[in-house]
Amino acid sequence: MSIELKNITKQFGGVSAVNDVSFTVADGQLVALLGPSGCGKTTVLRMISGLEAPTAGEIFVRGKRVNDVPVQKRNIGFVFQGYALFRSMSVADNIAFGLKIKKWAKPDRNARVAELIELLGLKDLENRLPHQLSGGQRQRVALARALAPKPDVLLLDEPFAAVDAKIRQELREMLVNLHHELNVTTIFVTHDQEEAMEVSNRIVIFDKGRLAQIGTPREVYEEPASEFVARFVGVMNVLDCEVRQGVARYGELEFPAHGVADGQRLRIGFRPYAVQVSNDLTAHRHCAVLRHTYFLGVLLRLELELPSGLIIRARMSKEEYARLHLTEGREVSLQIRQYRVLAREGESLPPEVAVTHSFPPNLGEGI
Amino acid sequence: MAEKRFRVLPGFGLTMGFTLFYLSVLVLVPIGGLFIRVFNLSWADFWKLATTDRALAAYQLTFGASLAAAFVNALFGTLLAWVLVRYDFPGRRFIDALVDFPFALPTAVAGLTLASLFAENGWLGQFLVPMGIKGAFTPLGVVIALTFVGMPFVVRTLQPVLEHLDRDVEEAAATLGAGRLRTFLSVIAPTLLPPVLTGFALAFARAIGEYGSIVFISGNLPMKTEIAPYLIVIRLEEYDYTGAMALAVVLLVISFALLAVINVLEQWANRFSR
Amino acid sequence: MSAVPKRQFSAGQRKSQRGTEESPFVKWLLIVIALLFSLIFLLLPLVNVFAQAFAKGITVYWDALKHPDTLSAMKLTLLVTVICVPLNVLFGLAAAWAITKFEFRGKSLLITLIDLPFSVSPVVAGLMFVVLFGLQGYFGEWLADREIRIIFAVPGIALATLFVTFPFVARELIPIMQAAGSDQEQSALTLGANGWQTFWYVTLPSAKMGLLYGIILCVARCVGEFGAVSVVSGHITGKTDTIPLHVEKLYNEYQGAAAFAVASILALGALLTLGLKTWLEWREAKLEELAQQAEQAITQ
Repeated sequence: MSIELKNITKQFGGVSAVNDVSFTVADGQLVALLGPSGCGKTTVLRMISGLEAPTAGEIFVRGKRVNDVPVQKRNIGFVFQGYALFRSMSVADNIAFGLKIKKWAKPDRNARVAELIELLGLKDLENRLPHQLSGGQRQRVALARALAPKPDVLLLDEPFAAVDAKIRQELREMLVNLHHELNVTTIFVTHDQEEAMEVSNRIVIFDKGRLAQIGTPREVYEEPASEFVARFVGVMNVLDCEVRQGVARYGELEFPAHGVADGQRLRIGFRPYAVQVSNDLTAHRHCAVLRHTYFLGVLLRLELELPSGLIIRARMSKEEYARLHLTEGREVSLQIRQYRVLAREGESLPPEVAVTHSFPPNLGEGI
Repeated sequence: MAEKRFRVLPGFGLTMGFTLFYLSVLVLVPIGGLFIRVFNLSWADFWKLATTDRALAAYQLTFGASLAAAFVNALFGTLLAWVLVRYDFPGRRFIDALVDFPFALPTAVAGLTLASLFAENGWLGQFLVPMGIKGAFTPLGVVIALTFVGMPFVVRTLQPVLEHLDRDVEEAAATLGAGRLRTFLSVIAPTLLPPVLTGFALAFARAIGEYGSIVFISGNLPMKTEIAPYLIVIRLEEYDYTGAMALAVVLLVISFALLAVINVLEQWANRFSR
Repeated sequence: MSAVPKRQFSAGQRKSQRGTEESPFVKWLLIVIALLFSLIFLLLPLVNVFAQAFAKGITVYWDALKHPDTLSAMKLTLLVTVICVPLNVLFGLAAAWAITKFEFRGKSLLITLIDLPFSVSPVVAGLMFVVLFGLQGYFGEWLADREIRIIFAVPGIALATLFVTFPFVARELIPIMQAAGSDQEQSALTLGANGWQTFWYVTLPSAKMGLLYGIILCVARCVGEFGAVSVVSGHITGKTDTIPLHVEKLYNEYQGAAAFAVASILALGALLTLGLKTWLEWREAKLEELAQQAEQAITQ
């Protein structure tokens, strides 16, 4: 295993920024540390790099305990949110900095710098100074600089947050390609769940200094471990239901809840894509009115209002919307094909309960 | 913002007029008068007055001591600024406020107290004079006084820059393997160089014109510890107006040149800004 | 050239960071050297003034201060200050308004002119006025005919002091008013205010700190100016001696303790200046902190 964190805790003053976090990153993985602002993800990243020291717990890289190894000796590459380029040095000198420190011979240095300039598309910019570059170019220089000394791990702290949306997309793709080509273990911090989903092959989600869930993007999206994760990753309809006679109810919706005691409250969640909509009012169980349509490019988000006043968010493609001749104000019927019982904060549900229930489409069933 | 002839906000004429009037009366006319008077001299006469042996000795002392003092201030001023911004220690707030003391203290008092400190029976002099370090009535005394007078310049010019320094860059250097000294030399120092140079130039310019503190501490021995401004006063007292004016013009021209240099330096200091 | 620029009050300290701090040894070595330097050049001279002033006992001290020559020196200094500071405030306000609220060609030249006194030796400054108004000066005969004395009299001293001190208020106001922009004034206009109202109710309150600050510096310099005044005053005891000139006179007459006694007043003034300045900075920092807290409370 490449990097292992064991019971890492970090306190600033009396406040715990990170609380008993443990996880492992395997060699060559691209991992995202995801969570809202102030959840401790950046602190964890900095502890891995050596820029912060944990208050308790241990960090292992390639099996070796590195708690006492100073940052200079950890052989990690770090990319900062604000680029942190050396203002008085040219692009080439910035990239060569780490190699100079490690006392590479000049010809090797120049070759490596040229290699990275090529790899990151910085041709013709070698002699420019940082203030003469655009945001995207600066971030690529920062990447090149971090990668030049062939680090064991590449760490990025919200690397694309300061860049325009269009450039962000390009940089994300570039990161994925880079990782594919170089196969360096990469960990990056982001608060943008779309970015985490798109770029990484594993996501570690933080909530107020604690680990909320680790998993692949699909796992985290379709099997969120808690309500926090469910709400944070993607859009989710969440209902606070009450159980009566083995059925969890909210308004018109009824979810089976065998073995759950009467009077208990359950949080039920279902994704917009799991809502099946039809313009045939007899096709599905519930009737609703299409209140509002949001155009998101290829997909549309629909807001459907049930007779009880409950608003449900659904999703469909442009084509299907057109095919069903839907318009705002139109009456439709809907059913829910997939839902999940969500653990609330501090609650832990037994695995048989916190499971995603799916209804295969051809059986015609659903909530 | 105001466009070409249309000024939205009122009062331009009034304020501009008063400003120009004030400046003319106080600055333009007096300086102009001085230059005109001097232009009435022939070049040869002017040169003779401006380069007497005594004058040359005075220039040497003035510029030499000012340069030395500015160097000392650049060095220790940088250290002081660094320590005040980066570290916390008992008395930091006090020292920080005290840095402005040379700026607030009348120069006469500065000269008086420094002379007394470094004299043979002074608090510092009693140790230093036996060691051969004579701080009073010597060129060294002049350097000491000029160092005192110019101290706030480097510190105060450097402090805001240090405070707004991006720590990320230092961390980046550390992740690339650079030790503290290496980081300071390669990464931090280039950013600090322009403000230090600006502070140096400011301290230097200030020292050249300094009068009040020097007359107390130097002893004003002609050819030895006499600064250029003092020579001007001597010539005035001897009713040698032209002699005094010649010297004054020399000093003025050099001051203006320095002002220009400082302007250029301040622009250069911003060359790496976006 | 700048007057002493204003400082943020926070020490700029961040949470502990490994890898980006000097070793404790280096850190404390630097601190000790810096403290030594400050001690020798800042603290000792200050303390020495008072030590020497009281060296011959309190009676000598008070006698020096109560002496009629000292009192008239104080009166003269006060008079000059009262003349110069308001004039310089007017100038500072006018110049800052013209420079920061309007665009015009030659602005940087104007700013350079305002900076000029900082680079001119005070002796040269005094000389300039002697050249103009002295007996052998341009206006010498004209003035003598009308029995108006400028040089070797109060007007000359005031002029010389004006030259040396006029930049202070302007230089403090300009950056502040520049940063404030002219949006607020423009809104005042749209609401019907005229120029004076705008200035009084909108511009002035937001430039309060800078104005106070500049006044403090101006006063300090008015009181302490030596070189320029020395050239124009003629050193007539009891008539044209300001406090700094009086100190020089006492010193030259070998009355060391008396000289230091009078000097101690100036030193006290300097300390007062520093104290006021520090207090003003502290207050501004506190106000900003409160404002930030209020802002956070609202957005949360």
